[in-house]
Amino acid sequence: MSSPPTTDTDTDTERVADATRAVVAAHDPRTAPRAELFGALYDAGLAWVHHPEGLGGLGLSRGLQAVVDGIVTDAGGPRMFAVNPIGYGMGAPTVVEYAPDREQAAAWLRPMATCEEIWCQLFSEPGAGSDVAGLATSAVRDGDEWVLNGQKVWTTLAHVARWGMVVARTDPDRPKHRGLTYFVIDMEQPGVEVRPLRQMTGQAEFNEVYLHDARVPDAHRLGEVGAGWRVAITTLMNERTAIGGVTGRRGSGVIAEALGLWAEHPDRHTPVLRDRLARLWTRAEAHRLTLARARRTATAGQPGPEGSVSKLVGAELNQEVYEFCMDLLGPDALLYDDWTMHRADGGGRVHADPGSTLQQRFLRSRANTIEGGTSEVMRNILGERVLGLPGEPRSDSDRPWKEVPRG
Amino acid sequence: MAEPQEFDVTDEQQELRAGLRRFAERAHDETVLRALIDTGEGYDRALWARLGGELGALALAVPEELGGAGGTCVDQAVAAEELGAALVTGPLLGTVGLAVPALVAAPASAARDALLPELAEGTRTAALVAPLTVPYDAATAAAVSADDGRLTGTVDHVPDAAAADVLLVAAAGPDGPVLAAVDQGTAGVTVTPRGSLDLTRRIARVDLDGAPATVLATGDDADRALRHAFRTAGALLAAEQTGIAQRLLDLTVGYAKERLQFGRPIGSFQAVKHRCADMLVGVEHARTTALHAAWSVASGVDDPDLAVSIAQATCSEVCYRVAADTVQLHGGIGFTWEHPAHLYYKRAVADAALLGSAEAHRERIAAAVLDALDAGAVPAPKVATG
Repeated sequence: MSSPPTTDTDTDTERVADATRAVVAAHDPRTAPRAELFGALYDAGLAWVHHPEGLGGLGLSRGLQAVVDGIVTDAGGPRMFAVNPIGYGMGAPTVVEYAPDREQAAAWLRPMATCEEIWCQLFSEPGAGSDVAGLATSAVRDGDEWVLNGQKVWTTLAHVARWGMVVARTDPDRPKHRGLTYFVIDMEQPGVEVRPLRQMTGQAEFNEVYLHDARVPDAHRLGEVGAGWRVAITTLMNERTAIGGVTGRRGSGVIAEALGLWAEHPDRHTPVLRDRLARLWTRAEAHRLTLARARRTATAGQPGPEGSVSKLVGAELNQEVYEFCMDLLGPDALLYDDWTMHRADGGGRVHADPGSTLQQRFLRSRANTIEGGTSEVMRNILGERVLGLPGEPRSDSDRPWKEVPRG
Repeated sequence: MAEPQEFDVTDEQQELRAGLRRFAERAHDETVLRALIDTGEGYDRALWARLGGELGALALAVPEELGGAGGTCVDQAVAAEELGAALVTGPLLGTVGLAVPALVAAPASAARDALLPELAEGTRTAALVAPLTVPYDAATAAAVSADDGRLTGTVDHVPDAAAADVLLVAAAGPDGPVLAAVDQGTAGVTVTPRGSLDLTRRIARVDLDGAPATVLATGDDADRALRHAFRTAGALLAAEQTGIAQRLLDLTVGYAKERLQFGRPIGSFQAVKHRCADMLVGVEHARTTALHAAWSVASGVDDPDLAVSIAQATCSEVCYRVAADTVQLHGGIGFTWEHPAHLYYKRAVADAALLGSAEAHRERIAAAVLDALDAGAVPAPKVATG
């Protein structure tokens, strides 16, 4: 068995490590203002090492970003991804690939990296969830500008964002995937109204965004008119690459919550609950090991179906573990007295408040099988793209968007 | 050359898999399988000898100095997966799963060192006489008593016993467990074939009445050898279940693409597609846990007993479920004798019952993981208290 292939030379790794240490030495990550530290990293090409030089990168392999992140976090610093996740993880690759020119790209990327300008993503609509390409927000050309009207939903961080990536319909007479155009919209203009979208947890991680004659200069269009779906795919494909992470130890993650509660409440043990927990533990372990196998085979250059399985299993397991915890809590599960509407603060906390209770996390877990691809869509993907089963018959493929029934 | 890490697939393993698949397609296709299950012994000795001598598939996990190929339990698991996928008949569980690992782990002796190469070559076959429908525990050797080299007792539901040349027997002696060998046909040995639900793997009852046997190990040595046999067989059975589940998923997906109803392939209906997706998820988890168990048995990384229980609990349920779904998704044809689904379904039922059910292994997991938790050992999550 040969070693896994690697493209990162030791020289590149050292170069990146040395450059990062120099920035960290000059701007102590624990005390320097965030924008100063992040700005220095950007200027040294360490924000996205795989970007071209001058756009926050050094033209090196994407894998070397882990070297930078490791040194910065070890020194007590924050991560750009944690503060500006949509911009850092999804906006940046789209801007680098599709910005009209280098100056515009740099003008967006530096404040994105310093987190002085938070980004959000305006794709989903009340009538277009899993079927994003069916969206209805319109963009009509007016001289050197476009005028946008419509409603977006599930927009994380919109209330603190300076820029939004928006897909709008510029040609309702063409089939739905071909009449879309992609823009970067100024969120601080008058025609953009952001309302918190309160969830069943009581919190508001997301927003609704209303566009009333909101204007976008044509210079802020990414990609050709009518080619917005292709640009959107770049954004969507990058949705998780920035997250990465490591396989936790046995018994860590969400199953740890169930084990903790179990240990805490010996008085509530029953044989039925014990069997349920043993089942959940075993599945969590199979899931954890499968993630480790997926990572191993991906390193060896043979991507398998393991990765596609993980979203589906992880989401369902999360819900079932929390359902178990609530059952174990018994009547105490019913106690709850804080329905304060917490909002994501744009300071690195996007998801539920870290001080959240089990009851809140239980409620939040209902979203796991909906967000980032519903379990129904995930099963279609597994069936069609992994197993090669035929697609559902569709009535919308070649029809003009305006003739496709919506609701 | 870097050492293979867990979940790496070596070139040798890929060649082994491809070779066994070719062999099964040519020499053990469905026609051959159906002919063999109607014979008295239920398998073909010449074919079995080819598996050992020509293909080397029986001796993968036997050290070279004991007459084997010097591979690991992971290599043997790859073979078990392929042989399971084709439902290759023969005393695989008895000989390769149980007897060979028991001998490998037993102390050196003339009897052991003579028998092991013959089993590895496929010139002789073996079964382990012990309660094989429950996980290994202190009672495993209790059904047979060993007194001065003579065995007395009865064990029922022993896979491969009728087809075995040699019976390895787990017995209780005056100084703890005993592992002893007795040849089929020896005075005092009666092997009675039982009708088997699984047509591709026969079970029999073994009655021992003062049968003279060769003692291979006693006390801690016998306990170690038996424990190793159960662990290895558990990992290999999980691999076999993975191979079966994968084969049935392939069969079902192929059918769902071809079979038309209401004017379109049934695989385009979400009710069918989503069930296939769930089968895929199950197969992935089965493969992972089976490989992890084999890796743990081979390397000692992780607790091998726990790893085997995770694999057995996972793979038994997955294989059983996938086999049932295969019958369902094939519709009426899936319920007929002429379709192979029932042969796999019956093997899946039998595999799930052997070496401990999924429930029995979950019980072990619960004891090892849950009952061992001290209050406060894991930080309790924050709970709203109203």
